[in-house]
Amino acid sequence: MDLSYGAEAEAFRTEVRDFLRATWQPGALRGADLKAYITDFRGKATDAGYLYRAIPKAFGGSEQPADVVRAQVIREEFGRARAPMEITGNGMNMLVPTLLEKGTPEQKELFIRKTMSGEYMWGQGYSEPGTGSDLASVRTKGELVGDEWVINGQKIWTSQGDRATHMFALIRTEPQASKHGGISYLLIDLNQPGVTRRPIRQMTGDAGFYEFFFDNAKTPASWLIGERGDGWNVSRTTLKHERAAIGSATGLGTQFDKLVELAREVTRNGKPAIQDPEVRQALTRIEGYVMAHRYSSYRLFSLAAAGEDGGLVQSMMKLLLTETGHEMALAAQELIGDDALVEPASAGTRGRGPEKWLDQVMGSLGNSIAGGTTNIQRNIIAERGLGLPRDLAMGAEK
Amino acid sequence: MRFHPSEEQLAIQDAVRGTLADVWPKERLEKFVDGEADFDPDSWQALMALGLGGLLLPEDQGGAGLGLLDAAMVAEVAGQAAAPGPIGAQMLAALIVSKSDNQEAKAHLDALTSGEAVATFAFGGAWLPESWDATPESGSVRFVQSAGAANLFVLGTKGGGIALVEAGEGVTIEPVKSSDRSRRLSTVSFSGARAYTLFEAGDPFVARIFDAALVLVAADALGGAQYCVDLSVAYAKEREQFGQPIGRFQALKHQLAQMALEVEPARALVWYAGYAHDADLPDAARAAAMAKAHLADRFVSVARAAVAAHGGIGYTWEYGLNNWFRRSLFDRAYLGSPAVHRARAADLAGW
Repeated sequence: MDLSYGAEAEAFRTEVRDFLRATWQPGALRGADLKAYITDFRGKATDAGYLYRAIPKAFGGSEQPADVVRAQVIREEFGRARAPMEITGNGMNMLVPTLLEKGTPEQKELFIRKTMSGEYMWGQGYSEPGTGSDLASVRTKGELVGDEWVINGQKIWTSQGDRATHMFALIRTEPQASKHGGISYLLIDLNQPGVTRRPIRQMTGDAGFYEFFFDNAKTPASWLIGERGDGWNVSRTTLKHERAAIGSATGLGTQFDKLVELAREVTRNGKPAIQDPEVRQALTRIEGYVMAHRYSSYRLFSLAAAGEDGGLVQSMMKLLLTETGHEMALAAQELIGDDALVEPASAGTRGRGPEKWLDQVMGSLGNSIAGGTTNIQRNIIAERGLGLPRDLAMGAEK
Repeated sequence: MRFHPSEEQLAIQDAVRGTLADVWPKERLEKFVDGEADFDPDSWQALMALGLGGLLLPEDQGGAGLGLLDAAMVAEVAGQAAAPGPIGAQMLAALIVSKSDNQEAKAHLDALTSGEAVATFAFGGAWLPESWDATPESGSVRFVQSAGAANLFVLGTKGGGIALVEAGEGVTIEPVKSSDRSRRLSTVSFSGARAYTLFEAGDPFVARIFDAALVLVAADALGGAQYCVDLSVAYAKEREQFGQPIGRFQALKHQLAQMALEVEPARALVWYAGYAHDADLPDAARAAAMAKAHLADRFVSVARAAVAAHGGIGYTWEYGLNNWFRRSLFDRAYLGSPAVHRARAADLAGW
């Protein structure tokens, strides 16, 4: 094994570094000036082949062959220079890959560029109040009237719902068809009279999610991606291109470093807590999992670079992240002691004390739910990873 | 950049796995654990015929010139099969002798490489080199594996040196009734034994060898833990209750997923510890300590969960799962507990 990236990648690194030195000089720019500078920079970085690598040139991407090592080098160097990378979010992560694979030329033309530029911001319309883990049971209805879909129902848990201009949604359009076969993948303009949005205040006190109510909302017939009734399969399209990333992408290592910092800052028996043998045991016990996660990300990266499948360990990364996050939350709670009685000021404000760890303590609970609950993750590991027989109640899924 | 096993590494694992499947089937293990012997010559010879004795020895000295990572992959397969014999010690012994300046000791190198001479570790005190307290002249060491069959003892000497001690005169062996019956231990006493000083107390190479030994125990634990997961998953697919395989029930399914989650990501930690050692990275010693602590705990946890996942059959002697449970006790305690190595890791981090 060899953790160096090799001569070819290092030559590429030099090239990226030179580009950044020449091109990313924001200096003291602020506000609208900075925004314009960033837009211009992204254009240059795309022309150079560093950004939007999976997107065809026809739609404004740089259309580069998949190369996880180069992608990693780009991430590292842009990170080092604090230069902005692609616009992220649901639109780039989920919708654009789906459009590239299943969209018509007109749909690609209509949506990809505007998503890349940030003009269209997308919310995900999958979950409903009665539809959580059993996602295929969605009930929000779509009826084709003339050349428009008329939509009625409710979607929930949409992140960035305050800023979203559009939504990609799973809508039941074929009520007579099977559970999975009656769903279509529709795009919806959220700025219309038939759509109401409402923030969901979560346990931290913040509102990171929104719910959307559709009351005879309308969307053009041509905004259907894939065939009618094929929405379930369409929604399973994911971006495989250069998806593997090393380590820090998940933030687990960074969070652990902060936990160690916390143990240095707070005291126990009149001394820095980090000198306490019990604290040292607790930290190193957690670190075993942090290291397992980090080196497993190296392993997955290496497999992806070799064009091989990640296998069992791939299906475990989210659950390992979640569970280690919980362990860190408990350790942090122990370290902050009575400061847990203080409500932290909002993130980003000055003067936050050790109680700021309550954000992580509560946030770790969100991780067990978002993107497939912990129990669903265990099902996936057991059924797809270990080959255990499928649960009969879920057997209907194709 | 590569961080998954090479074709060659997989081939070595396949060779060791295939050999153990032939010479160390379940019946042989059963017979061994019910007997009194602390060594199995047949399986030993078969493994040594693969060249394991010289695996770490440079090619110009008749070895395979491979690294600790490769040795760890061998130890993993040995752990999976609950193999007997001091395989890890044997792989390291040839390297230790070859790296020493003691020319006389090198007379043993060929026999160590071929496996004709069996070598085992005798690390006394409280496991860590600075606590070693015996010398070939006087002292005794508890918990020496396969001592009855050993021709050579890699003795950890007072203050953290290493001597190669010949079995025979001046060496007395008192078997310990061992909880892990696949790796039986003895107390070995030395009084004026014939010995070669390989490394003086405080030589940095001693710490490096101890770290390597830790990685091999971690790898054994990884293999043992993997066996516990595999056996439990296979059983859950086959065993029926309420008219269906028990592996269909979500409660058990989740237990099994949790067991696999303990083991599979930890594999990369063992690889890293082996790689860091071979590449002589600054964090190699710490990675070894972390790997030993983490894997030993994972093995114990998974072995317990495996008994629970099986139900009654897992608790029987006959089924044999207890042999891996007992190996987990060994891997946890041998060379120092997880708490000992976590304390070291905290020190090494400069906390």
